[in-house]
Amino acid sequence: MLEIKNLHASIDDTKILKGLNLKVSTGEVHAIMGPNGSGKSTLASVIAGREDYDVTEGKIDFMNNELSELSPDERAREGIFLAFQYPVEIPGVSTTNFMKTAVNQVRKSKGEKPLDAVEFLKLMKEKMKLVNIKQELLSRSINEGFSGGEKKRNEIFQMAMLNPKLSILDETDSGLDIDALKIVSNGVNTLRSKDNATIVVTHYQRLLNYIVPDFVHVLMDGKIVKSGDKNLALELEEKGYDWIKVKN
Amino acid sequence: MSKDDKILKEFTSKEYEHGWSVDFDVDQAPIGLNEDIVRLISKKKEEPNWLLNWRLEAFSQFKKMKEPDWSNLNIPKINYQDISYYSAPKKKKMLKSMDEVDPELIKTFEKLGISLLEQKRLSGVAVDAVIDSVSIGTTFKDKLSELGIIFCSFSEAVKEHPHLVKKYLGTVVPSKDNYFSCLNSAVFSDGSFCYIPKGVRCPMELSTYFRINASNTGQFERTLIIADQGSYVSYLEGCTAPMRDENQLHAAVVEIHAEKDAEVKYSTVQNWYPGDKNGKGGIYNFVTKRGICFGNNSKISWTQVETGSAITWKYPSCILKGDNSIGEFYSVAVTNNYQQADTGTKMIHIGKNTKSKIISKGISAGFSQNSYRGHVNVIKRAKNSRNFSQCDSLLLGNTCGAHTFPYIDIENKSSMVEHEATTSKIGEDQIFYCLQRGIDEENAIALIVNGYAKEVLKQLPMEFSVEAQKLLSLTLEGSVG
Repeated sequence: MLEIKNLHASIDDTKILKGLNLKVSTGEVHAIMGPNGSGKSTLASVIAGREDYDVTEGKIDFMNNELSELSPDERAREGIFLAFQYPVEIPGVSTTNFMKTAVNQVRKSKGEKPLDAVEFLKLMKEKMKLVNIKQELLSRSINEGFSGGEKKRNEIFQMAMLNPKLSILDETDSGLDIDALKIVSNGVNTLRSKDNATIVVTHYQRLLNYIVPDFVHVLMDGKIVKSGDKNLALELEEKGYDWIKVKN
Repeated sequence: MSKDDKILKEFTSKEYEHGWSVDFDVDQAPIGLNEDIVRLISKKKEEPNWLLNWRLEAFSQFKKMKEPDWSNLNIPKINYQDISYYSAPKKKKMLKSMDEVDPELIKTFEKLGISLLEQKRLSGVAVDAVIDSVSIGTTFKDKLSELGIIFCSFSEAVKEHPHLVKKYLGTVVPSKDNYFSCLNSAVFSDGSFCYIPKGVRCPMELSTYFRINASNTGQFERTLIIADQGSYVSYLEGCTAPMRDENQLHAAVVEIHAEKDAEVKYSTVQNWYPGDKNGKGGIYNFVTKRGICFGNNSKISWTQVETGSAITWKYPSCILKGDNSIGEFYSVAVTNNYQQADTGTKMIHIGKNTKSKIISKGISAGFSQNSYRGHVNVIKRAKNSRNFSQCDSLLLGNTCGAHTFPYIDIENKSSMVEHEATTSKIGEDQIFYCLQRGIDEENAIALIVNGYAKEVLKQLPMEFSVEAQKLLSLTLEGSVG
């Protein structure tokens, strides 16, 4: 589904990714771990197409498309979803309105009819249950005055609405208490299927108790320096990132 | 080029949608401004002597006045002798019903999306359409007259209800109030008149659609709304003008008089031709709008969505004379390319316990300049009065300007005034968030801008609100992409 080869990316002439390789197939969950400043969030942003970052070398192939040729909104319509570390506030725009615009534009790009109000509401009701989110919250300006937990649940709600092929969760666990973490993880697990894939970017092993990855990669200094299964995360938790540094 | 700049550049190239003109047979006054022209207009309208004299007095005053220069606008020199002050579609005979209206004219309305026939049948909106100064067809008059509501063209009101016109004309906006109101008083050609009798709640939205069609004509319409004790009316005004290279002048006057316990809601969607991308052509919109809350507990509320005109100079205001009266001003002003807007309001608190609320949302793009100018004045005897003002500016790109000029004069200690102001740039983060959900840049901007203006848009009647949202997106289309 996703194949990243020798990816180099920089922001304002500072090199952040320095030859990253990653392959993700359908049905898989990959965790990307690493210390602060290793380039985890940069990787997420580059896949989503954030233009602040310059890709200086390498390729990203997604479903046989060269991603560098697609704009961020085209990537999204192809099925890439990024759950933001810091979800953005848009005053005066409700989540409902935001999602209606998004869902219908994605449908339009596939040649499908837009959902009418009744159909949309039905879809929304169904997906709301997944992350235990209330209608009242979705009628408010998106992310404005939301608690940390509400913001992250709202991200997963949007993910459920858009039903992406590849979901990237960027530090979704940050700022969550244990109850919210369970709700969010439960939502993500329910959405897992053999037809989609998930990349979980995280600092801590904690989230991986709930969203169990098939692969764990350690990102350091712009490269993946070690890959393994879920036990690698446990080992990291125990020994710290220095353990890998020393080994290398 | 940064992402923002690129977006903006592409979002700045939408052509004006209502840019067409229709060839009617037009009855037009010779170009120029002098006493004979004033007499000619009055004669064409078969006006009584008192009104001719009122016009002549205004004209002699006008000759002594100078154009105001205090606004934050760069107004090119206007040659007032180079304009025709009267233009009427030629009437072949008196029209008895809508069926007799010139088919070309009906087409015009259809292009504007306000087919009178449709309106009449479906929407329950009574429309008094004004094209080039003369009111063409007034619908629903019968239904309204059953309730004693008078809704007709200004000329008709002069003929049918002279006592009302004479009593109220110029009482809220005296002719010598300012340069443009004075010019209007001398040469106004038509407009709308509305009277709601005691205790009547007008059951439908009253709507006037203005349009400048003939080239080189100024439009000087005059609107007078009188709400008698305990009455209520919601009045809508929409404006468009065809595309022309030269600049056209529009200097209207609107007066509202609210008696005890009466409420008037006045909503405008102004979409006059703004000129082209390089700032050529476009309407000069110099409008004086003012309402007086004359009786106790009365309320006047202005809502405006200003998207058009090359230059906008407009301050819909309220004089809160009655005790406990309320004045409101909700405004969204969008400027793009080389448009200039200097708009805002005046709230004059005279009665006790009077309240006013000002919500102004400016949106600037391209090379435009957008100013809010407001004056809140609470006089000594207006004890326990309140004002709340919120003036927000949103900038798209870094070649446009937003300015805020709030003036506050409070002459007693029991009153309270609050003023909040913010200026923000449309966030790259917000746009990226939308894009990441599959929404393209144009729709993203429309979504963000409409969200920003929501507080004002929700004040508009439903069908107007939808039109206004579309207009906002259209005006900014091409300034992001």
